Amino acid sequence: MRLTELTIGSIARITSIEESPYKEKLQEMGCIPGVLVKPIMKAPFGDPIAFELEEYTLSMRKNEAHSVQVNLLNPLFNS
Amino acid sequence: MENKPSKIVLVGNPNCGKSSLFNNLTKLKQKITNVPGTTIENKVGTVSKGKQKIELIDTPGTYSFNPKSLDEKEAIRIFFEDPPPNTILYIADASNLKRNLFYFSQLAQHGIPMILALNMIDIADFKGFEIDVERLEKELGIRVFKINARTGEGVNTLKKALFEDQFVPHYPFGSENDHTHESHYDSIGKLLNKTTKIKTKRELITGKIDAFATHPILGYLIFLLVLLFIFQSVFTLASYPMDWIENGFGMLSEYLANVLPDGWVKKLIIHGLVAGIAGVVVFVPQIAILFFFMSLLEDTGYMARVSFIMDKMLRGLGLSGKSVVPLLSGAACAIPAIMSTRNIENWKDRLITIMVTPLMSCSARLPVYTLLISMAIPNTPVIGFISLQALVMLSMYVLGTVAALVAAVIFKWFIKYNIPSYFIMELPVYHSPRWGNIWVNCWQKSRSFVTEAGKIILIISVVLWFLASYGPKTDQSLSIQESPSLEQSYAGHFGKAIEPSIAPIGFDWKIGIALITSFAAREVFVGTMSTIYSVGDEEDFDQLREKMKKDRNQNGEPVYSLAVILSLMVFYAFAMQCMSTLAVVYKETRSWKWPTIQFVYMTVLAYFGSWVIFSVFS
Repeated sequence: MRLTELTIGSIARITSIEESPYKEKLQEMGCIPGVLVKPIMKAPFGDPIAFELEEYTLSMRKNEAHSVQVNLLNPLFNS
Repeated sequence: MENKPSKIVLVGNPNCGKSSLFNNLTKLKQKITNVPGTTIENKVGTVSKGKQKIELIDTPGTYSFNPKSLDEKEAIRIFFEDPPPNTILYIADASNLKRNLFYFSQLAQHGIPMILALNMIDIADFKGFEIDVERLEKELGIRVFKINARTGEGVNTLKKALFEDQFVPHYPFGSENDHTHESHYDSIGKLLNKTTKIKTKRELITGKIDAFATHPILGYLIFLLVLLFIFQSVFTLASYPMDWIENGFGMLSEYLANVLPDGWVKKLIIHGLVAGIAGVVVFVPQIAILFFFMSLLEDTGYMARVSFIMDKMLRGLGLSGKSVVPLLSGAACAIPAIMSTRNIENWKDRLITIMVTPLMSCSARLPVYTLLISMAIPNTPVIGFISLQALVMLSMYVLGTVAALVAAVIFKWFIKYNIPSYFIMELPVYHSPRWGNIWVNCWQKSRSFVTEAGKIILIISVVLWFLASYGPKTDQSLSIQESPSLEQSYAGHFGKAIEPSIAPIGFDWKIGIALITSFAAREVFVGTMSTIYSVGDEEDFDQLREKMKKDRNQNGEPVYSLAVILSLMVFYAFAMQCMSTLAVVYKETRSWKWPTIQFVYMTVLAYFGSWVIFSVFS
């Protein structure tokens, strides 16, 4: 599934990032396969979204989040 | 490979406390040097111990060696300088080591000796991170220091070590043939597994504040209140130092008038130079106070949240969340505001921000509005303590902001650029303000206003003084003479020459002169009017206002009717009347194309805006 599909508070592991002009930027900021990611809040109108990524908070637009593939870790909370 | 460090470059991610460490190490002994032919500014400081001195160069915070924004390009340019820096002092946020070490891992490939300083140990402690510094030193093969740049803890030990020998890191990041981002992060992960432990995980207060700061309704309300508070403070606090500056320059002119021998040199000094310098300096209080608040909001981490909640709206207009800082700074002065667009990665976003920022109502428009509003608008209370005059003033700010946003939409359609914009931004943890950084930032921005705008305003003031004081001889010969009146001067002739073109928007030749002189800076309008109506003291608003009110045209009607005054206000809101801004736009875009387009579109907008207002009200 994609990063945009996660609900606030659920935890997932990044599996891959699609090719895009911002892929490199995402990687530099720590979006690397294997890293845990947790959406923590959305801006008004649902975009951009802020994620807890390892030890810090990274915000990105839905568009960028859409290019990140993840594996959900706690499906119980993700009803 | 060993050497004594003599040229150290201070690098690190944004928000890692780099400026605090720089200010702390150099004890504020620093200067900004311009690289000729570019907009790049280096902050260079000196670290001294006894007679030994080390040159320390600060760089903008950056996340990687592959720069995305102009800011980041500047940050890595230092490594291609001749001679290159011979030591890197890398500062990392200890509470977020993994990402902070990524740029470190890229720099470690370059074979330059490095020192690692771990900052924000207190936050790391709070979060429950334990870092084994000795083990880290052993693994990396370089010196590692725990510091707290805010309190200065550990900085002396670090400083002492700067005067010792340093080593190249031995730690292999990535593998020999694999320097992808993944392999670097992989190495960093392994390194941190060996050297750090997480005890307990405690939550920071940041999440609780964000529940308010990014709330769909409260978030905007808080932002609006913060803005109102700032502008209220700018107006009330700045008025005192502005009075002192005006009085001071008034006394200086008087003194010079008494001691200097009569002649053109005296006039040049008093009416050209001193008046020109006064026109620049008088804005420093407003600009400094506004930048004080802007730095405060940025330093505490709040500004990142404003960008976060504004991004979606601004995106629709061709801007981005990162345009918030330049647009707000534009309310003080467009020059530093345009320079602050350098952290916008996308060229189109950045260009549109540059093009529309001068429409934001800058502080130079304020004296013009003040004079005109006091002439035409009665000071009757509207709602409670808010008067009609205050309401009109507020609407001028709204008008400028709306115009900027509409202009942005139009530029969005016209500027073709295929690389999509993105908004990938760290939301730093909130922390209490680092006053030292804020003062330094405030001081440097104000100084860059005085030097950037000051030079141009000064030159133009002198030229305009000449044009207003001298005129052609009446006998058609080409020689010049000291003009008996402004009407007979070069400026007067020029005003008369353009009168037909500005008559449709209600302006006469006298306003024409003021429009021309306003190219130095908009507030020169007031001074020009004082000269035209020969009011002795430039700042005697009441006297000037009465004289202007009494002025009649050939038909015996007042020159400054409500229609003319409103038309003038709209003209000043929209017109590009600031040479210094055009010069900065040229430097930032590296082409005359954009300042030319900016000048043309703003002037056309001003003319039509004024024409509409004049037609409606007359």
